[in-house]
Amino acid sequence: MTSAGFATRSAGSAKARVAVFVAQTLAIAEMEAHKLVRDPTELISRAVQPVLWLLVFGQVFAHTRAIPTGTLSYLAFMTPGVLAQGVSFTAIFYGIAVIWERDLGIVHKLLASPAARSSLVLGKALAASIRALPQVVIIYGLAALLGVRFTLRLDALLGVAGFVLLGSATFATLSLLVACVVKTRERFMGIGQILTMPLFFASNAIYPLAMMPAWLRAVARVNPLTYLVDGLRVTMIRGSELSQFGLGVDAVVMAFLLGLLVLVTARLYPGLAR
Amino acid sequence: MIRVPELIIETRHLKRTFGSLVAVAGLDIAVQRGEIFGLLGPNGAGKSTTIKMLTTLLPPTSGGARVAGFDIVRQAADVRHHIGYVPQLLSADGALTGRENLTLSAKLYRVSAADRTARIADALRFMDLEEAADHLVRTYSGGMIRRLELAQAMLHEPAVLFLDEPTIGLDPVARRAVWDRLLELKHRSAMTMLLTTHDMEEADALCDRLALMHQGVLATLGAPADLKAAIGPDATLEDVFVRSVGRGIEKGGTYRDVRRLRNTIRRLG
Repeated sequence: MTSAGFATRSAGSAKARVAVFVAQTLAIAEMEAHKLVRDPTELISRAVQPVLWLLVFGQVFAHTRAIPTGTLSYLAFMTPGVLAQGVSFTAIFYGIAVIWERDLGIVHKLLASPAARSSLVLGKALAASIRALPQVVIIYGLAALLGVRFTLRLDALLGVAGFVLLGSATFATLSLLVACVVKTRERFMGIGQILTMPLFFASNAIYPLAMMPAWLRAVARVNPLTYLVDGLRVTMIRGSELSQFGLGVDAVVMAFLLGLLVLVTARLYPGLAR
Repeated sequence: MIRVPELIIETRHLKRTFGSLVAVAGLDIAVQRGEIFGLLGPNGAGKSTTIKMLTTLLPPTSGGARVAGFDIVRQAADVRHHIGYVPQLLSADGALTGRENLTLSAKLYRVSAADRTARIADALRFMDLEEAADHLVRTYSGGMIRRLELAQAMLHEPAVLFLDEPTIGLDPVARRAVWDRLLELKHRSAMTMLLTTHDMEEADALCDRLALMHQGVLATLGAPADLKAAIGPDATLEDVFVRSVGRGIEKGGTYRDVRRLRNTIRRLG
């Protein structure tokens, strides 16, 4: 029995290694999905904020016509911004989960397993993405009732799902990175609060870049949320002339950032067990 | 196929410091295949730090070790593939069922899909958890959680099992059940085990050989019976400890150690 372990050496072809990586990543994400299905209260409470933004802020600003959005109604302009905000704010507090797991002993056990550190990180990030999907449904439904007209082609909807998953995974990984550095709940919550508002207001979520003073526009251009909003605006709302950067740039920026964050976080992750 | 080494664990001047604190000060031990080896000592003696280094969670400051034939620093991934680990803290996920916890372990340790169901069923039966398999772990008793964690750690048939204070916080009945399972596992599979404990009775009941640790160094080493016999008839392990380090095994440790210990006990309670 004991010797069986020695027969299964870890090496193997690159293809086999990728298969193992994917299987381990999905195993982590799958367990988080089980938890969400069992206790969906979080999914529901996360939907409250976007609803308030659309119903209160959106309605008021649509009436005042204070923000120039061209031929597009203000509500249609801000709906992708509200979705991006909901997705990123949900994700940015996700790191608290690994601080809990560190206080228990779950992180220690996972880190002593042969799973690649990057698959532990990416698995968690994917799990955070699953949490974001119900927000899509709620925001589409509510905004449609308020008169926003969406692009309902299959490729557009897949594009929206893609950007939501990518954005959510990116901000969740950023959150895991913060958790790896600060390691305690109190410090983590403080940093989460500091991050969210500047991310939101220094982006194109609720007003166009053209309205911003030059310094703020410069900040918004390096803010990943801006690219997420831009990508969602093109895929969600009719008329692709809306994009500032182009869909390809949006997707590449987000994917590159996710890859970079996963690599850095995977290096810091073992520090959680020390 | 790699030759199974006779020495499953071998450390060379293994040392770890945290700032000015020397947690482990040059440890040399060798664990034979198939034995239950105990690291015995008070809190703060360096037991948990040693186990963290051997499970690759913590890099040594100097010195080194080989586990299952692999270097813990240069071949850390290979080491991880061949070990099972039950941390002192609570490591089963309370929001998942027992079976889901086992499924996650099986997938992370690359137990093939063909073997998975049978191995999980076998582990549940072995640990007497069949009836509770599909209940959430947060409804389990402390003893059941420990047995589930053991089941998770042995699922992939590791060459060596690391157990950090395996019965801490358990009542005597639950503790006895864990001992029975560990002894049965040794009998059934000849799995090598390295465990830490500050419990003399546990060390006596389980371990083939003991390393008494004190302030990061090895105070004495031997089979429990031999250690006691060397002191005199009717000697206990407590006597051995007093003789080799000059005082009893009173529980020390830092504020952080104490807080973690109490949290573990509360959660298992």
